[in-house]
Amino acid sequence: MNPVLVASGVNKSFGAVIAAADLNIAIERESIVGLIGANGAGKTTFVNMVTGYLKPTTGSIRFDGHELTRLEPRRVTQLGVSRSFQIPQLFNSLSVRENLLVAVGIVAAAAHAWAHSDLTPARADGATDEMLERFGLGAYRDRPAGLLPEGVRKLLDVAMGLVTRPRVLLLDEPTSGVSADEKFAIMDLVMAAVRGADVTVLFVEHDMDVIARYAARVLAFADGRIIADGAPADVLRDPEVRRYVIGEADAHA
Amino acid sequence: MSRDRTTAMLLVAAAVLLATVPFAPQWLVFLLTLALAKGLVVLGLVVLMRTGLVSFGQGLYFGLGAYAAALLGARAGLLDAAAMILAGVVAAAAVAAVLGLLMARYRDIFFAMLSLALSMILYGLLVKSSALGSTDGFNLHAKSFAGIVLSGGTERRVFYAVAVVAAAAAAWGVHRYLASHYGRLATAIRDNELRVEYLGTSVFRVVYANYVVAAALAGLGGAFAALAVGHVDPETVYWTTSGEFVFIAVLGGTGNVAAPFLGAAIFEAVRTIGNQYAPNVWQMTLGIVMLLLILFLPSGLWSLVAKRVRT
Repeated sequence: MNPVLVASGVNKSFGAVIAAADLNIAIERESIVGLIGANGAGKTTFVNMVTGYLKPTTGSIRFDGHELTRLEPRRVTQLGVSRSFQIPQLFNSLSVRENLLVAVGIVAAAAHAWAHSDLTPARADGATDEMLERFGLGAYRDRPAGLLPEGVRKLLDVAMGLVTRPRVLLLDEPTSGVSADEKFAIMDLVMAAVRGADVTVLFVEHDMDVIARYAARVLAFADGRIIADGAPADVLRDPEVRRYVIGEADAHA
Repeated sequence: MSRDRTTAMLLVAAAVLLATVPFAPQWLVFLLTLALAKGLVVLGLVVLMRTGLVSFGQGLYFGLGAYAAALLGARAGLLDAAAMILAGVVAAAAVAAVLGLLMARYRDIFFAMLSLALSMILYGLLVKSSALGSTDGFNLHAKSFAGIVLSGGTERRVFYAVAVVAAAAAAWGVHRYLASHYGRLATAIRDNELRVEYLGTSVFRVVYANYVVAAALAGLGGAFAALAVGHVDPETVYWTTSGEFVFIAVLGGTGNVAAPFLGAAIFEAVRTIGNQYAPNVWQMTLGIVMLLLILFLPSGLWSLVAKRVRT
């Protein structure tokens, strides 16, 4: 096994609330991992700690040999770890195309700072149109991001995360707030975008159908701990998971 | 292409203004020179506003530019207009390069109030310093252009022409800057700093750069104003002066780099006419103008021009 992301002994508390209790996780290269758990179980805290938004109280998170816990989010992004957000973080007064242009422009303007990128300012327009095309956003290209339907906002948010050519992509509830028939469409686009590109994907998800369909491995969180870790079929059958995560009243009856 | 249109419009506007140099009455030459000087300061405010910041203390850099230019002339005896203007820009940019390290960390009302506070500190220092004339300030004498000293009336006309060229060049530079990746990045920062950081670039650095650019433009405007008026005093740094710049930004609008100059020209005209016909109520006149503007033209006077250009 050749892990790309390793968390060891990670603890995080907010006052009396324990959001991460001795997390030890190794994520294999190019794997697709689902993170499940009830609200407040520590999934988003984990994503925030990996991307440098929160510092763990103790412990280490290493990506490809780099210690991430002391870095700012922008340095983590430059190293090759990017994310999407549960509530899409867009530039609402800019059009869809301009949103992507900002992202492409940042990568192109600072190419020397990046782990790997073939973007240059001259290629910015072409690269932006490629992203619009690939994510089926062409019809919305000139619409301000603030006026988009939620499903399209989610899609644009994920696309922005992919512009930086990440090697680890963390998606925080990519399908929440999206209609049932759009959920698989979003995930299919993500999977198509990362296939064969040496990208490892971790996604936080509440919809067990999405988990079962896309994840090769599932981590179940409860109270800042990992209570189950394995193939989706096994994890989703685990009685503790059924009780704490899926919330079946009769799980242990 | 709106970019080419703006460039073309700036060229035409500069050509029209330059054509008036030999004929315009002296009062108009003075009014327009001062309007161009203030327009430069407001141009800097527009850069800050694109980044989501409003400074109520831009008088700090306007005054620094004015004092630096005037000191070089009156105290160091270097009366070359270009050198004095350069001194104004350098002084403002240098101070902003230091204060920017602090200011670029603040946003919204905190940024606005802190900028006001810093400008009032300089005001306090100037009022107390008798070497600089305290509240009276001091006068500066005739400037020269590349070694040539002109007579009063001609000098003012030549200086007006220099101001037109400088303003057009600055407006074009800012236009190109705002149309580039960095201009789009400024709007992106105004909309969502978190996402900008997560895209892998430093928000602080962009805010800092725009702060220094705005200060340099204010210093440039301050130097032009000092040389046009031939006098500097602490009023240049006072908060009402800073408020005037914000007023002009709202009056002109922030949608185009020419808007600050239109706003400044209208502002100076209203002030001059108001002073002449209703000397005691000109602030009230301005207040009413502002009220009408916010009610009927929230995007500023420039929206009247933009409507004609776009159709």
